[in-house]
Amino acid sequence: MKSLRWSTSLLYIVLIAYTVITLLPFAWALSASFKSLAEISAGGLSLLPKQLTLANYQTIFVQEPLFGRWLMNSAIAAISVTLLNLLFNSMAGYALARIQFPGNQLWFFLILAVLMVPGQITLLPKFLILKSLGWLNTYQGLIVPSAVNATFIFMMRQFFVNFPKELEEAAALDGLGRFGTFFQIVLPLAKPALAAQTIFVFMGSWNEFLMPLVILSDPEMFTLPLGLNAFKGQYISYWNYIMAASMIFTLPALAVYAFFNRYFIQGVAFTGGKG
Amino acid sequence: MSALTKDRWRNRKAGDSLAGYLFMAPTILIAGVFLILPIAYAIALAFQKVQLLGDVSYQFTGLKNFVRIAQDDRVWIALKNTASYVAIVVPIQTMLALTLALILNSQIKGRSWFRVAFFLPTVTSSAVLTLIFMWIYNSNGLLNGVLSFLHLPTYNWLGDPNVALKGIMIMNIWSTAPLFMVIYLAALQDIPETLYEAATLDGASRWEKFLHITIPFLKPVTFFVIVMGIIGTFQLFDQSYIFSAGSGGPNDSTLTIVLLIYQYAFKNLDMGYALALTLMLAAILMTSTIIQRTLFKEERLD
Repeated sequence: MKSLRWSTSLLYIVLIAYTVITLLPFAWALSASFKSLAEISAGGLSLLPKQLTLANYQTIFVQEPLFGRWLMNSAIAAISVTLLNLLFNSMAGYALARIQFPGNQLWFFLILAVLMVPGQITLLPKFLILKSLGWLNTYQGLIVPSAVNATFIFMMRQFFVNFPKELEEAAALDGLGRFGTFFQIVLPLAKPALAAQTIFVFMGSWNEFLMPLVILSDPEMFTLPLGLNAFKGQYISYWNYIMAASMIFTLPALAVYAFFNRYFIQGVAFTGGKG
Repeated sequence: MSALTKDRWRNRKAGDSLAGYLFMAPTILIAGVFLILPIAYAIALAFQKVQLLGDVSYQFTGLKNFVRIAQDDRVWIALKNTASYVAIVVPIQTMLALTLALILNSQIKGRSWFRVAFFLPTVTSSAVLTLIFMWIYNSNGLLNGVLSFLHLPTYNWLGDPNVALKGIMIMNIWSTAPLFMVIYLAALQDIPETLYEAATLDGASRWEKFLHITIPFLKPVTFFVIVMGIIGTFQLFDQSYIFSAGSGGPNDSTLTIVLLIYQYAFKNLDMGYALALTLMLAAILMTSTIIQRTLFKEERLD
């Protein structure tokens, strides 16, 4: 019994130590965002600012007039991408799971094959296609290519395969067509799967760096990760500003994570274990 | 079947074909233009010299781009950096993920709280994480602060080519391990409790149960985690780019394959060559995926 208690304490020590390792960089960044430049340059290990100041947050919005714009661009892109993915992936997943149309198997196989192709491979041709469409430096260039996702089409298909058929049959008897059944009956009941999708698609789009870097050259159109990178280049030793900007950028993603946390673990397990 | 039902049946089938393709239309259109077409495009253009300035023009050059890869010193530097990155990050993050998952899977109080905390880096953007770590490694940063507090010599961490890539490795392990931890946790919860109970009745020790039940059960998910890790680390870009302001420095020490592709495509405007490099990366990634699938299949047949 005594040895068991010892080993449990040891486990707690490891867990707490790892929690500190995880949280310390965030705490350190957060604290820097409330410190003055003088205090930061002086060094020192205190997590609590000597004099708490909100000046860094004011400065980034005033000195970098595009900061608000970047925030807005990121929000527009991430929200549109999320909504389109929820709609399109669910529709495709439903068709693959439930509708016997010619080519059903072929499309399912193609989607599984596409799952294996990493995004970096299609980066340059995608850039060339967007260039010839005249979509560089536009919202549609940022949004449309990311509006469907093979992983989540696959996930929705698996979800709908296990969905009770009786509900749809009842809806069909009530005279609802395929579309009516899907939008009025099926989709409202798919909330857990949609929530898991929301969190992944939103974060993926919110945090995406490489694709925006390639297709956006106009600072007005930058999303926040690009803005942050440009900001860092300009204010290289003003870590108080850079950390304040980083914290503002992290907040919305954290809010989404906190709100959907329950579905998040479920989604990771799905995309991980069964993808 | 009467003529009427036959007719209705045919109508229903036709309706289903139409509905099926209407439901699939957005996916087919978007994936066709931005996924399938690019793959074909990439393969075709890798054998050409592409002129990007002004009107885009192409000139067929055969295998020239691929011959150039073999003679390009920077390709070898990028390959070497990326390979050492993969070789160090993947084993450590996999073992760390497994260890954390095993601890959280034991009946411990507050495990969901720990899980939420551990996950924080995984949901944070790579741009922000890189900036936070640069701030920690900075000459006035936390790392030097701790060192001088302990009366140890401080150091210019960001400027040393021997240290820069290791700094990114540490950050990557720290931010990715929790993701794989959750995948391991899900797998651990799938192991039937009855197996452990039976082993206990047979007098097996905790260590024996771990060795003969847990480890074999986790084999497929371990393959998955390792291959996902390899694919993820081979694609390293954001951190290197932000860290080195796009140069891959100091002294090419953070130059990765994807960063090199980016530089050739958008700094040197040498799109055909960049695409040939992309195909090389694709070959590496596909090979590791195929190896995983094959091993995984054998695993399932057992």
